[in-house]
Amino acid sequence: MQYLSPTTIEEAVRYLAAQTGDCRILAGGTDLLVQLRSGLAEPESIVDIKRIDDLHQISREDGGWRIGAAVSGAEMGEHAALAADWPGVVEAVNLIGSTQIQGRATLAGNLCNASPSADSVPAMVAAGAVARVVGPDGTRDVPVIDIPTGPGQNALARDEFIASIFLPARPERAADAYLRFIPRTEMDIAVVGCGVFLKLGEDGTCADARVALGAVAPTVLLVEDAARALIGTSLDDAALDAFAAACSAAAKPISDKRGTAEFRVHVTGVLARRAALIAKNRAGGAAQ
Amino acid sequence: MSKIHVTTTINGDPAEFLCEAGDSLLDVLRDRLSLTGSKEGCGTGDCGACSVTVDGRLVCSCLVLGAEVEGRSVETIEGMADGETLHPLQRMFIKHAALQCGICTPGILVAARSLLERNPDPTEEEVRYWLAGNLCRCTGYDKIIRAVLAAAAEMREAS
Repeated sequence: MQYLSPTTIEEAVRYLAAQTGDCRILAGGTDLLVQLRSGLAEPESIVDIKRIDDLHQISREDGGWRIGAAVSGAEMGEHAALAADWPGVVEAVNLIGSTQIQGRATLAGNLCNASPSADSVPAMVAAGAVARVVGPDGTRDVPVIDIPTGPGQNALARDEFIASIFLPARPERAADAYLRFIPRTEMDIAVVGCGVFLKLGEDGTCADARVALGAVAPTVLLVEDAARALIGTSLDDAALDAFAAACSAAAKPISDKRGTAEFRVHVTGVLARRAALIAKNRAGGAAQ
Repeated sequence: MSKIHVTTTINGDPAEFLCEAGDSLLDVLRDRLSLTGSKEGCGTGDCGACSVTVDGRLVCSCLVLGAEVEGRSVETIEGMADGETLHPLQRMFIKHAALQCGICTPGILVAARSLLERNPDPTEEEVRYWLAGNLCRCTGYDKIIRAVLAAAAEMREAS
C-alpha cells in the first residue's frame, strides 16, 4: 500500500486520477482505519488530504459557511460563530463518537461513509447543505442529500472527492436542531436521527421548514409532507401532531439489535416533534 | 515497497522512524519506538487505551497512521511524569486506587490531562462525558472520576 500526502487540491486530484487500483481518501480516518484493520478495505493507495491547508478552513462565504473536508468535529464545536448559525449541524457532528473520535472525524467523511445512521447527515440535509466535489473534470456542487446512494455507497466517481461542505446563510428568524435516540447517553449509533430547520415569519408562524430523518431507511430521508404540515401554522399541538405523524409514516426502518422497526417508527415522530420545538425556540418563537 | 521515513517530535524530543504505509501510530510507538505505555485494547477507536495527543489534540493512536505524524508533535503517557516526579493525575490515581488491572490507565491519564489543559475546573458531568471514550472494565469508573476531580483541585491550588 502506498501513502500519498498532497499539499494542494490539484495535486490530490492528479494522484487520485492516476491510481489504477483501489484508492481511498484519508481525512479523519475513523472509518477508513477500522476498515483497513478488519480487511474490509484493502486499497493499493491512500491519499491523505490533511496536508492541504485549504481543507482545514472554516470560512465565511455568501453569508454562510464553507467547512473544509479536513476540519474535525472538535474544531467545528469550538467555532462559536459557526455553532451560533447552525447549532443543529454542530450538535449532530459533536454527537459522533468520543472526545478522541471528535479530534479526527470530519463532516465530509461522515457523509461519504454513507452509513444510514450517520448523525451529521440529516442535520446537513435539513440545513440545505451542499457538498463541493472535485475531480479531474473540475468542480461540481452537489446537494448533500444526493451524495449517499445506499448503505456504504455514495454518488462520487472513483476519481472524485469532497473538498468542502457549504452551509448556506441562515435566514432571519430561522434555526435548526438535531436529535437522535440511542439506548444510553454516549458512545452509540443512532436508532433514529432527526434534523429540523424552521424559518418563522414576522408574525411567528412557520414560513418554511425542512425535516430529514436518519437510520430509518437505507439513506437519509427528506420528508416534504411533514414540512408542509408545519408551514403556515403557529406550530400548535395539532400542527405538531400532523408533523410527527407524517415523519413516522415516512420512516421505513428495519429491525435490528438497537430497536425494532415498530419502535423506530414511533420514536421518529417523538424526536421530530421535539426537534421542531427546539428549532422554533432557537428561531425566536415563544418557549414551550 | 520501500518504507516511509518519518521525522516527528515525541514528548518534546525529536524522533524519527521507518514505517509501512498501513502501520498505525500505535504500532509505531509500541513496536518501533518501544514506547509501550500506550495500550492496544480494541484497535478500532472504541476503548481509548491508546489515547495520545497529536499537535495537542486528543486522538486514538490506533486510528492514526504512523506516516501522518511527519512534522507533528505527539505526546504519550511516557512524557507525563517529570523524571521520578509523578504528575498530579498519576499521584491521585494511586491515592484514590483509580485502577485495578491498569490496561486503561495510560489512556485515561492522557485523556484527563487533555481535559484539564482545556478546562481546569470541570464538573463531574464534564469529566464523565470527556472520558466516555475510555473504557475501564475493573473500577466501575467512580474512583477514576474522583481522582481526576481531586487532581484538578490540587492543580488549581498550585497554580
